[in-house]
Amino acid sequence: MTLHQLSLTELKSLLDDGKVSARELTDHFLARIEKLDGELNSFITVTAEQARREADAADAARSQGKAGLLNGLPIAHKDIFCTDGVRTSCASRMLDNFISPYDATVVERMRNAGAVMLGKTNMDEFAMGSSNETSFYGPVKNPWDLSRVPGGSSGGSAAAIAGRLVPAATGTDTGGSIRQPAALNGITGLKPTYGSISRWGAVAFASSLDQAGPMAKTAADCALMLQTMVGHDIKDATSVDRPADNYLANLDKPLAGLTVGLPEEFFPATLDDRIATLAREAARELERQGAKVVSVSLPSIGLSVPAYYVIAPAEASSNMSRFDGVRYGYRCQDPVDLMDLYKRSRSEGFGAEVQRRILIGTYALSHGYYDAYYVRAQKVRRLVRDDFVRAFEKVDVILGPTTPELAFPLGAKKNAPLTMYMTDIFTIAANLAGLPALSMPAGMIDQLPVGVQLIGNYFREGQLLNVAHRYQQATDWHRQAPAFGGE
Amino acid sequence: MSAWETVIGLEIHVQLATKTKIFSGASTAFGAEPNSHASLIDLALPGTLPALNREAVNMAAKFGLAIGAEINRRSIFERKNYFYPDLPKGYQTTQLAEPIVGAGNFEIVLDDGSRKIVRIHHAHLEEDAGKSLHEDFHGMTGIDLNRAGTPLIEVVTEPDMRSAEEAVAFARALHSLVSAIGICDGDMSQGSLRFDVNISMRRKGEEKLGTRTETKNLNSFRFMEMAIRKEVERQIDILEDGGSIIQETRLFNGDTGESRSMRSKEDANDYRYFPCPDMLPVVLTEAQLVELKNSLPELPQQRQGRFIEQYGLSDYDARILSADLATSDYFEAVTKQSGDAKMAANWIMGELAAKLNAEEKTIADCPVSAAHLAELIARLKDNTISSKIAKQVFEGCWNGEGSPDQVIEARGLKQVSDTGELQKMVDQVIADNASQAQAYRDADEIKRTKMFGFFVGQAMKASRGKANPQQLNELLQKALNS
Amino acid sequence: MAIDQDTVLQVAHLARLHVSTEQSAALAGRLNDILNLVDQLQQADVDHIAPLAHPLDADQPLRDDVVEPADFRDRVLPLAPASEGSCFLVPRVIE
Repeated sequence: MTLHQLSLTELKSLLDDGKVSARELTDHFLARIEKLDGELNSFITVTAEQARREADAADAARSQGKAGLLNGLPIAHKDIFCTDGVRTSCASRMLDNFISPYDATVVERMRNAGAVMLGKTNMDEFAMGSSNETSFYGPVKNPWDLSRVPGGSSGGSAAAIAGRLVPAATGTDTGGSIRQPAALNGITGLKPTYGSISRWGAVAFASSLDQAGPMAKTAADCALMLQTMVGHDIKDATSVDRPADNYLANLDKPLAGLTVGLPEEFFPATLDDRIATLAREAARELERQGAKVVSVSLPSIGLSVPAYYVIAPAEASSNMSRFDGVRYGYRCQDPVDLMDLYKRSRSEGFGAEVQRRILIGTYALSHGYYDAYYVRAQKVRRLVRDDFVRAFEKVDVILGPTTPELAFPLGAKKNAPLTMYMTDIFTIAANLAGLPALSMPAGMIDQLPVGVQLIGNYFREGQLLNVAHRYQQATDWHRQAPAFGGE
Repeated sequence: MSAWETVIGLEIHVQLATKTKIFSGASTAFGAEPNSHASLIDLALPGTLPALNREAVNMAAKFGLAIGAEINRRSIFERKNYFYPDLPKGYQTTQLAEPIVGAGNFEIVLDDGSRKIVRIHHAHLEEDAGKSLHEDFHGMTGIDLNRAGTPLIEVVTEPDMRSAEEAVAFARALHSLVSAIGICDGDMSQGSLRFDVNISMRRKGEEKLGTRTETKNLNSFRFMEMAIRKEVERQIDILEDGGSIIQETRLFNGDTGESRSMRSKEDANDYRYFPCPDMLPVVLTEAQLVELKNSLPELPQQRQGRFIEQYGLSDYDARILSADLATSDYFEAVTKQSGDAKMAANWIMGELAAKLNAEEKTIADCPVSAAHLAELIARLKDNTISSKIAKQVFEGCWNGEGSPDQVIEARGLKQVSDTGELQKMVDQVIADNASQAQAYRDADEIKRTKMFGFFVGQAMKASRGKANPQQLNELLQKALNS
Repeated sequence: MAIDQDTVLQVAHLARLHVSTEQSAALAGRLNDILNLVDQLQQADVDHIAPLAHPLDADQPLRDDVVEPADFRDRVLPLAPASEGSCFLVPRVIE
């Protein structure tokens, strides 16, 4: 089997057994990126020379017996993570010329574990989007059907993995931005519990919702990456000080005794029948392995989208204020005065969706509206969270479809942004509550992937990975590959 | 003028004397090259996050404890959103709804000795902005972010002050307090304290407050006083002409004495405060508060009271000597070693203060040590020297000639108190001035009083000032009246 | 609660975004669509509920007051659109 069809875990075995070198792997994937990414547009920056140096260093470290957990494994980072000496653009003209002077903690941890960075992946601008169509560098294509979107905002990472240009990548998830593109690309993606992974160096979109996470072909791959990414960081006050679980050790635990909840709200009458069926089939597979499946209710979940579309833009509107053309990033030509510098730099530097969200957020926080919007949305957030707390008294994990529709054609939602927002309807609640959630491939419809979501209780990402891994040992949806890029 | 009542409230920004910034480990040291003390956090690079300085929290709590204010065990940082080049994040992290220090009372003492309570509304933690430099950049403005992120507490008073005098008294007392408890270096020239003054006028007897203006960023007591007087005058002029006061922010130029409006109504900002999502609630435990309270030094006001009781000083003397720690310590050392608080007080507030002022020195740089001043006082008390000679000895010590005893010895300044010697001197003076002596003996009481000084002067000259004045007087009297 | 064009212009000014009068109409429409979605929040029964600012139930950790070197001029000034000496430059600010 060719190297790019193998999972991260399988590649690690080859490296550990000395059957392939880090340099060979890196060269192989760099060649594929060079050959194929013109069609996908999943990378913004490819760091070929640096990657080769890192690969050689990884091989040297291994020969000295100093191989870290990810030694020699080629990965890509979503272009939202700061990488020292390498452009970090957030897919925005605003940061097109920004060479970060420091590494995000996620980047540092994975590098210290020996991972080799092939480049920075494309995304929706500043993570605001669900289709990777708002990028300054052009949209990303879905390798399953190049006329369709890969989802977003971590669309570049998802498409690169599905297109077999890289075995694994990092993403961030604020309202579903890891899980939804994972579902639309037939890969596995995890958003861990809020606070598990340091946000230092991950450019902030909505600070109380953002979380980094692994994206790869399998749950075992995600566990491998997660093991390196998770940890307390004193540079991030919102990161949790608790010892990391051993995600790899618990992957194979049998599912007997597990209770799985299917919320009625995740299976509304309006949901595409075929997607509902695939989700229920996934639940039945878990039953076959010894789990009990019951019905639960999350009555406030319908309010999670409106709450999110106040909280996220509000926090974003403030987080985006540092992009002012003064100290770094884009500045307009020949500003007449300070006001002109601010307004033109920001209006020329930010795309339309980012500007819309800044405006909504600014309005929601403004005098007279703060209580009606922002405070009210935070109260609804508590309602949503409490629904989950009650549900988790009855069940261990919650299961449902990741997204209500298949990958849609590029440009299809351009004039209907609200329909775009609704693709996050199943994913948003986990961000509001800060709970871990994962998407795994669970079927195909019209030759397009469908994902199923598992939501767990706080700090139970290990359990989610275990359930997904057991599911993947009995099914082969995660092994499906698009025709794109050949064998 | 007397028809109007001035109503003043103050907002004072106090720079905390931490080594590092409130949200980053960059140094707060003053005077470094631009942007050399600006971390990635201070520069607001994408992806950076705040890390709260424990010492800033402790210092804010200490302030609250020192003034007996409520301490909020749980306080929240919020974002105040506005755009300005010296505000790199486009928001200032500050506190609003739940500040660390709540309401308290602050007593001030006015020049006439009367006391007044100024209520503190609250005090909150926040970060300072950077600096905009308008010179040297040929028509542009240069931005230096060294100061960005320096921790401040903003102390907000109720509008309880009724005159520039009261406002200055408050400002001085606050300055004294924050210096005394070690949370601020008190260096006004470096901007360690900055005052915003809110002023409104109302007719005497009126309860409702008038429209107020805010004059920002005054960094000396003198400028604050000038600004207040100027603004009161300006507002009265308008009101007496039948006009109304526009609520606005003003700037006062201390050098020109002019004030002007800073921001027009159109730019009135909506700061869109909301709790900072990168920070969690700041929690203080009872144990921490007890420890902080116990770490407070004796406060100026407590010391003032103690000086009155323990040393029998007057209100005025006690206030002057207790105002700062260095002076207090000096005074107490001199008192302890000389055994005479009153004399110590007189010398420190008199000769010492005069020389320090003349040479622009602080008591920390005083060349006369407490031990030396105590010795000087002891020599006065044991009559080794007269008070006139003491001034010369003091000069000698000041100029580094050594201890008082050394100076007395070296310059031969010992008072002559030996009766035999003095008698010889008196006899000599009378003999040398026989006709005046006769004239004295023939004169009446009144004339005698006037003429006596002549003989004292002659004797003093003969003794080169070293004659013990009291003994000399006695002996002269005896000799002349015999 | 609907936004009109004037409000769009005011909000844009607060956010330092340039929106022309022509653009403000279309923008008002788009923003109102979002606000209609968001107005569903008004139906929620939240009278006795406290806002949830953070999923974590933790307190702010504190950092020791120890100096770390913070001179990034040679990494950061090259990124600046305009600088002189070691200052960032902007058009003259008049207070």
